[in-house]
Amino acid sequence: MEDTICAISTSLGVGAISIVRVTGPETLNIVSEIFSSDIKSSESHIIKYGHIVDNGEVIDEVLLMIMKAPKTYTKEDIIEINCHGGINTTNKILEVLLKHGCRLAEPGEFTKRAYLNGRINLLEAEAVGELIKAKSDSKRKLSLNQIGGNLTKKITGIREILVSLMANIEVNIDYPEYTDNLVITEGLLKEKLSVISRELASLVKGAKYGKIVNNGINVAIVGKPNVGKSSILNHLLDEQKAIVTDIAGTTRDIIEGTISLNGIEVNLIDTAGIHETKDLVESLGVQKSLESIENADVVLLVLDGSRAIDDEDKDLLNKVPKDKTIIFINKSDSLIHQDIDTDLPLVYGNTKEVEGLDKLKDKLIEYFDINSINKDLTYLSNARQTDLVNKANNALQEGLNNLEKGIPIDMIESNLKDCFDYLGQIIGDTYDEAVIDRLFQDFCVGK
Amino acid sequence: MKYDIIVVGAGHAGCEAAHISAFMGHKTLLITSNINNLADMPCNPSIGGSAKGIIVREIDALGGLMGKVADRSHFQIKMLNNSKGPAVRSLRAQADKRVYPKVMRKYLDETPNLEIKEGMVENLIIDAGKIKGIILEDGTKISSDAVILTTGTYLNANILIGSENTPSGPHGEKRSNNLSFKLKELGFNIKRLKTGTPQRIKADSIDFAKLKPELGDDTYWTFSFDNGPLYDKNEQQKCYLVYTNEKTHQIIRDNLKKSAMYGGYATGVGPRYCPSIEDKIVRFADKERHQLFLEPESIYYDEWYLQGFSTSMPRDVQEEMVHSLEGLEHAVIEKYAYAIEYDAIDPLQIKPSLESKIVENLFTAGQINGTSGYEEAAGQGLIAGINASLKLDNKEPLILKRSDAYIGVLIDDLVIKGITDPYRMLTSRAEFRLLLRHDNADIRLTPLAYEKGAVTEEKYQRLRNKLDNIEKLKNLLKESHLKLTNEVIDVLKENNISVPAGNYSYAILLKRPEFTMDLIQKFIDLNDFDEDVKNQVEIEYKYEGYIQNAMKEKLKLEKMEEKKIPSDIDYSKVQNMASEAKQKLSLVKPLTIAQASRISGVNPTDINILLIYLKKEYGKNEDR
Repeated sequence: MEDTICAISTSLGVGAISIVRVTGPETLNIVSEIFSSDIKSSESHIIKYGHIVDNGEVIDEVLLMIMKAPKTYTKEDIIEINCHGGINTTNKILEVLLKHGCRLAEPGEFTKRAYLNGRINLLEAEAVGELIKAKSDSKRKLSLNQIGGNLTKKITGIREILVSLMANIEVNIDYPEYTDNLVITEGLLKEKLSVISRELASLVKGAKYGKIVNNGINVAIVGKPNVGKSSILNHLLDEQKAIVTDIAGTTRDIIEGTISLNGIEVNLIDTAGIHETKDLVESLGVQKSLESIENADVVLLVLDGSRAIDDEDKDLLNKVPKDKTIIFINKSDSLIHQDIDTDLPLVYGNTKEVEGLDKLKDKLIEYFDINSINKDLTYLSNARQTDLVNKANNALQEGLNNLEKGIPIDMIESNLKDCFDYLGQIIGDTYDEAVIDRLFQDFCVGK
Repeated sequence: MKYDIIVVGAGHAGCEAAHISAFMGHKTLLITSNINNLADMPCNPSIGGSAKGIIVREIDALGGLMGKVADRSHFQIKMLNNSKGPAVRSLRAQADKRVYPKVMRKYLDETPNLEIKEGMVENLIIDAGKIKGIILEDGTKISSDAVILTTGTYLNANILIGSENTPSGPHGEKRSNNLSFKLKELGFNIKRLKTGTPQRIKADSIDFAKLKPELGDDTYWTFSFDNGPLYDKNEQQKCYLVYTNEKTHQIIRDNLKKSAMYGGYATGVGPRYCPSIEDKIVRFADKERHQLFLEPESIYYDEWYLQGFSTSMPRDVQEEMVHSLEGLEHAVIEKYAYAIEYDAIDPLQIKPSLESKIVENLFTAGQINGTSGYEEAAGQGLIAGINASLKLDNKEPLILKRSDAYIGVLIDDLVIKGITDPYRMLTSRAEFRLLLRHDNADIRLTPLAYEKGAVTEEKYQRLRNKLDNIEKLKNLLKESHLKLTNEVIDVLKENNISVPAGNYSYAILLKRPEFTMDLIQKFIDLNDFDEDVKNQVEIEYKYEGYIQNAMKEKLKLEKMEEKKIPSDIDYSKVQNMASEAKQKLSLVKPLTIAQASRISGVNPTDINILLIYLKKEYGKNEDR
């Protein structure tokens, strides 16, 4: 028999109410044992008021949401126990459930059951995982879109074109004597494959957005000590998170904060200065800063506009990666002429007056093309999906190349089949008679 | 009276089954309700066609007769898809309906150990779950150790023309009334299937001048690997192209309710690939015309087969329909089109060897298993005959894999996926079609058949010889390099081929599309090698990349085929598996994971769960 599993499904800590969720064949029996009344023969999809009782001791006053199979998330019986928030009560209820025969669910096990029982497909399962973790608006939308099937729709659409192409090629092979049917020629096939290939390529290109929507943008702020890095961070965050003093070298730990730019998470990483130091603690900070630069999506190099460029600034200018750096010239109110020889994007502002910070935000929006993101949320959101789309596209490219080399269309069709299968893996769909079904649906052939 | 093997029904499945059983040394009886109808072609006058032509070659490679008989009885032959890739080429012949059965009869008469008798089989003798013989209509019992049922469309058959429903086999032949009830009683799920055949038109009533002729090929072809061409290509007969028109469509629309199908008089499931003309008009309403073909049935009588016009309309409507066609305005209909319904068994109840899962030593082949087509029937008949023989000799059956043969695909589809409508082979059903070519059927299959004793020593040696020559030619082409003499350069220029920069072997050059074997022969003497051998080598070199990919897939599949599922598995105990999958797996009882993964309703998740279960429950033994 399958296990009955339980888990706390709200986040631990603050919150007025917590939910403990139970699913599996023994759900009704187990909860009946610990609830103030017997709910085994209760109706489905109702809310029941009562108490959780263990050895005669009332643990909490709760509401049970009783949902019987199969119309539930896991397609098995589910009970959600709405109890009073707080780690102690919630944990106690979980303990009681475990004592009465439940097993603690592994992370994602509810979703796994939903998938295994055919409630959701693989893509949706992945999206649910993302949804649970989603913090910002866009991310939730991306997840909701995948569940609703925006990406599924897009991929299904491309597969649809492939299937009808393959069915047409097959009908040309199996019924060559029917000359009224459209014949797929080399030229026509090339044209069609090129269109599909472009669509797949744009899907991969869009994966960058998917990554941004899912993981946010990591901005590493670097600069000499005391140029105002922490001030930038604080003003952006509108709160005091980093410790700001006038003594150079205070910020030794990397402090992260998150702001939302048009719905996209931007993770700000304050770094200790990058400079030669004999102080052990400080040199560790320098090491960390270098790592942050490596991992960042963009580096914000802060320079002090009120002072002339010195060797240390020049050294930094050399060290930052040229392909992902924006320079912020701080203290632009007392700007002296600086001879910065750089092609990198420049922003002027003053952290003390909060001046120019909007310009900085605009720059980031422009840099990551954030305004283009919300329009069409059909993004691939993880590496597995991107990899499969790439493979699908490669299969088409191979077909196109071989078409040029004079390989017959009936062999090129195997590349189309590969492409179709890779795309099918993204949405967890394989159907090996698709082409044959399509053939008889679209073409009028046969004696 | 006692035989080793009795074959019931002498259609294309029955003839092959009986011949090979006798060839493999078993005393065989072929019994048919009408001996004059042996190897009859009740529908189209052709053998082969796309994919089907490859099956005919496979039958030949495995020791069957269809290819040899067709080579001796056709009056037109062509290679379909000759302009496409080598994998999809397939022969189609217009076989003479009068000659084909005669040639087949001659082959059977010359086969030792084989007796042919007339009689209607209506019952089976079964003892302790094992077949023991048959019982005829008059009560005569004939015993045997194995029985092969190849009953075609004769089980409980009904002919439908308009609202008329007549209990009858094809062309008014006697049907079998009781055999399918007996099968049902034994536990077979009986399916009701339907097929149809179009009108036969009197030759001198056709206005051929108005029609476009279709010719045979100008090249000589043969189905069989054992003989050269036996016909004169200049004496091939023409077929003709006919089109329906708006008037035809209007007649059909106006009378739709009178057809057996649309009037609700039929219950059987018809084949998707063989729709009646009324189906075509209804389903493809916006099509302005449909293509039909006029094919002579025989050069010895004057009936023409109107391919594409099968219908279950009443006779008067058929007259109107036919006369609406250009060229057939004054046509005389010799035989009206009709639909025929018949009983078949659920092929999920038979094993890959074609032995039934219900009665030991009872085999089935052809339309009784839910297929359609002469070639599909013959292929199964041959395998059933080979496996019945092997079973009686206590030997392992011949089970062709999907990567071995179209016949393998056919049987695998039947016993693993089952059928909803009569099954026809299509090239798209074969995922390894690049390997399953018509040109290499002998290389793929003759060694397997030889090992089982189904082909002669002589045939096998001929193949060995061919394989040696292929190796010789490959070595020669690898070792010889194209020398760029002025003469060679001139030839290349003449053919608009850029001169290769460098010293290349012919084997390398053959990979380029412009370097064909024909071209290379201008530079190197290959007269010692047969066309067949040269063709084989050219295909291997030219499409190397795709062939290698297919070989990789084949290996993958074969690995999956190696993952056996224990026969004692209880699917109800497998956790998390969808209940549909559990049901299907319990019914089909797949022998391997590969088979399980092909069952419809069993999705990849179920396979993963099954693999985990097998590892958990049986893994200890595996790891030893």
